[in-house]
Amino acid sequence: MILLFANLLTEPVGVAHYVTVGAILFTCGLLCMATKRNALGVLMGIELVLNGANLNLIAFGSPYLRNDAYSLGLDGQLMALFVIVLAAAEAAVALAIVLNFYNNHDSIDVDRADQLQG
Amino acid sequence: MGETIYWPSFFFLLCATLACAFAVAVLLATNIVRMAFYLVLSLSATAGLFFLAGADFVGAMQLMIYVGGTLVLLIFGVMLTSQERFVEMKTWSGDWVFAFLIGGMLLMILIPAAFSVPQWGGLKLADSESMVVQDTATPLGMGLLGARVDQLVEPPDRQEHSGPLQPGYLLLFEISSVHLLVVLVGAAYLARAKHKKS
Repeated sequence: MILLFANLLTEPVGVAHYVTVGAILFTCGLLCMATKRNALGVLMGIELVLNGANLNLIAFGSPYLRNDAYSLGLDGQLMALFVIVLAAAEAAVALAIVLNFYNNHDSIDVDRADQLQG
Repeated sequence: MGETIYWPSFFFLLCATLACAFAVAVLLATNIVRMAFYLVLSLSATAGLFFLAGADFVGAMQLMIYVGGTLVLLIFGVMLTSQERFVEMKTWSGDWVFAFLIGGMLLMILIPAAFSVPQWGGLKLADSESMVVQDTATPLGMGLLGARVDQLVEPPDRQEHSGPLQPGYLLLFEISSVHLLVVLVGAAYLARAKHKKS
């Protein structure tokens, strides 16, 4: 693992480096979703998670990172496009729900959303 | 050869550092407006990573749809709800401890797993320099229309299946467009202004 980092500047990067960046984005998004009390902060965490997944899809499909028969090829990019589109739709709906919650409860603290609690 | 900098790797390092640093900044910031700004920078750096991986069309879409559309939507949400008491919302410190414990464990699993696959280590320098860059917008558009121009030759291990070639993504494309229509109508209905009787 140390060897892989040693010649990072002189050698082409591979799928592993991209997957590492994706893992960091995913973890940040996951912790954002778990710790933020602001509902919009939770939404931003979801965006970060989706971006980590997108980065993985692009990396697995890229011929410049791994050029053999097991590469995802263009499928990775197509799936990433669908993820981007669905993330836009998800953000629109989630924002509408958050605004509705804000109008009804006068708060965007997710801890206050306990009306359905038994 | 050993001392010359391979510039794509340098730009990968730059974009990756920016993306990760601003993602951590999103996590650590308590001010919601600053979080939105850091998220814009992180997603833009991710678009740079897409360009570096040869996905020029997806990178452009990332900039246009994500940074230009989704995040503007989020920032509008921030502006509509940013009362004084919601701009800064602190997380309980016990939550931070648990979060960093779990996040650190997740990273300790994921990063060694990524580097444990020898095929993922990257191309050789000579192979990488001899590659011809080709743009992806046309194959992507044809794939969305149902014709896979990138897979005209069937791989040899699939010869026994006499079905059609790779079917393309026309059906998924249609489903997602109808989905977008339904979602946007639903969102507009959900977020409509209520007239209070008073």
